[in-house]
Amino acid sequence: MFEIKEQPAVFDVVIIGSGAGGGMAAYQLAKAGAKVALLEAGGYFDPADPKYITQLKWPWESPRRGAGNHRPFGDFDAAWGGWELDGEPYTRKSGTQFDWFRSRMLGGRTNHWGRISLRFGPKDFKRKSIDGLGDDWPIGYDDVKPYYDQVDKLIGVFGTIENMDNEPDGIFLPPPKPRLHELFLQKAGKKANIPVIPSRLSILTKPINDQRGVCFYCSQCSRSCQAYADFSSSSVLVIPAVKTGNVTLINNAMAREVLTDPKTGLATGVSYVDRNKLTEHTIKGKVVVLAASAGESARLLLNSKSERHPNGLANSSGVVGRYLHDSTGASRGAFLPHLMDRKRYNEDGVGGMHVYTPWWLDNKKLDFPRGYHIEYGGGMGMPNYGFGSGIEAMNGKYPTAAGVMKPAGGYGASLKEDYRRFYGAYIGMAGRGEAVPNYDNYAEIDPTVVDKYGIPVLRFHYKWTDYEIKQAKHMHDTFEEIIHSLGGVASGTKPGADTNYGIAAPGRIIHEVGTVRMGDDPKTSVLNKYSQAHDAKNVFVVDGGSFVSQADKNPTWTILALSWRASDYIIDQTKKKNI
Amino acid sequence: MKRRDSLKALTLSSLGLAGMNPQVAMAEQRELESPPETPVKIPGGRQKEEAIRDARLMKEKFFTAPELATVKVLCDIIIPKDAKSGSASEAGVPAFIEFIAKDMPQNQVPLRGGLKWLDIESNKRFKKIFTLCSKEQQLQIVDDIAYPEKAKPMYSQGVAFFNLMRNLTASGFYTTRIGIDDIGYVGNTPNVWEGPPADVIKQYEKYIV
Repeated sequence: MFEIKEQPAVFDVVIIGSGAGGGMAAYQLAKAGAKVALLEAGGYFDPADPKYITQLKWPWESPRRGAGNHRPFGDFDAAWGGWELDGEPYTRKSGTQFDWFRSRMLGGRTNHWGRISLRFGPKDFKRKSIDGLGDDWPIGYDDVKPYYDQVDKLIGVFGTIENMDNEPDGIFLPPPKPRLHELFLQKAGKKANIPVIPSRLSILTKPINDQRGVCFYCSQCSRSCQAYADFSSSSVLVIPAVKTGNVTLINNAMAREVLTDPKTGLATGVSYVDRNKLTEHTIKGKVVVLAASAGESARLLLNSKSERHPNGLANSSGVVGRYLHDSTGASRGAFLPHLMDRKRYNEDGVGGMHVYTPWWLDNKKLDFPRGYHIEYGGGMGMPNYGFGSGIEAMNGKYPTAAGVMKPAGGYGASLKEDYRRFYGAYIGMAGRGEAVPNYDNYAEIDPTVVDKYGIPVLRFHYKWTDYEIKQAKHMHDTFEEIIHSLGGVASGTKPGADTNYGIAAPGRIIHEVGTVRMGDDPKTSVLNKYSQAHDAKNVFVVDGGSFVSQADKNPTWTILALSWRASDYIIDQTKKKNI
Repeated sequence: MKRRDSLKALTLSSLGLAGMNPQVAMAEQRELESPPETPVKIPGGRQKEEAIRDARLMKEKFFTAPELATVKVLCDIIIPKDAKSGSASEAGVPAFIEFIAKDMPQNQVPLRGGLKWLDIESNKRFKKIFTLCSKEQQLQIVDDIAYPEKAKPMYSQGVAFFNLMRNLTASGFYTTRIGIDDIGYVGNTPNVWEGPPADVIKQYEKYIV
């Protein structure tokens, strides 16, 4: 018999998704006393529980030595998921490409993210006013600043006061000192007139409360920290929220539809399928908060069709799924001959770079409209699958410390000497830029394909334009400038026009946003400036879907700030009995 | 929590801050309600499906005994014992390559075919398969395929195979305790970072602002 199990209780709020947006909403609303049901499509995860810990494991603890052929970033990475999930397909339209990364776990993608915690600047909210492209946000930096400040204090971020244009300073913990190659980058940047400043990462270099430890410099934030010293939504928001006693966390709950009242059109709850048991459930709530990721939240709204909402919930504008955009990305590696035969010491540092390059140029003087920042990697890292690969392309080119040239390739004791010589002498750089949001880049419901739960899946249509491709070309020119200034040798060949200058496929940078953008006009936007649906006042979306534009910053810090802001609004409106 | 305390928590049990809070326990319980069907041991940090896949791969066999013997000889030619560290086979590299062949099947034909190529070549020259050749005879063949830029075009397939073996051997060796001690990686441990040591800063002074 087909049975749908109904939760008898009516929750004040049902939240779908436990990543940055859902975790923050659960935390704020539970602290305020609301009874919250938190649905997460993946399993339970606590980075401090040995069942889940990969941090401080050695490469030999993985039979494939941490290779990324199953988990996309390797066996030790704290993302349960990837670009492909068994039984959960998505499709693409008209030969275009969008690669969709999904984590199915408590805390979502925040467990493995880069912790790059940049505020959007005043200009980032008003791009149309500057270059005539896309749209302005209905809010400005001043609306979000108080929330950025609170997020800095609650979660913790290190950085330095720089007083740069459009790179707002925050409330910073002290940054870690640069590694050796990062000191080189600072000098190279000075020479090339490219700023290289301390990075801004949500990692605790000083204690901020009794619940979380401080960084012990293992460089493995991508494995999620067992001392809770990095920001993972699981450890920093959801677990504390659950501890208030106000949150009912339901794992493996794959949301199917947002249920609505046929008369009022308002949300009444959510139906979901248990991913393990395949049982069907409904849960009732006075407010429904979507935080399932820009893609999943759009999918859920589009799949929530009713007589009142024939195009899907909150979609009278037809804009749900539209304006999807990811950060642009391009990268290059280099070899630094002067770092051969270097002295060994522990330079793990924090997870990720200690310095980075914020956007520093004026687009009015360039042939592309939006900026990018540059992230750096390098140093004496832990060997992993792939270590020493391609030595035959290197060891015939550079003399030994004694000045002897050797033939490329080889074997034996002499080869072992080469692996030692070249260790830690490489750097990498990656540009991450702003794309111009575009109505024709979208996710829609595939008319014929369902996933293994019977839920209609997303079909993507996405193309980069000249704006993004020219930006990638500029990134590569900059990389070579920096490499030259470092005295390094660029690896491989510079990608050309035939490969669109090596621009990463859309979705590969995992910053997808924009599918349920906010705005003042209900005809051209899905949400109002408080992340509340124009069409149903008790429906909110607090993931990256609400972004009007992405900036050349990573989205997480803004997702957190806007989710907090939406939560305050929910509390305020509930008190005023408006919802 | 202070750094000192979090280090202590780590070294004591790795339990860190995993709470025994009843709400957390309940949330976890809801997830664990259905018992696992397959009795597979799930190592910490792995998901059940991953543990099942790894266990299955471990049980399968790819190389024949003679093939594995050839792999071992080649690995130890590539990374022999020297004054600083042990050999590839002492670090378990042949078993690693066996696993990779199963886990990344695109390597199966190049490996199996390359090993065959080697035996054919060895038979042409010495009327023996590679493992039965003397060390000098083995190295005579290896010298023809180990140097991509010097090798004669007629050995190009051998060169490609040896490049693959060299790369897999390096992956397998430097990701073990022996290899990590050899390369001198001293991290992956709780630590305090104060920047590069003073003598290193001095050594690279001209590259630093």
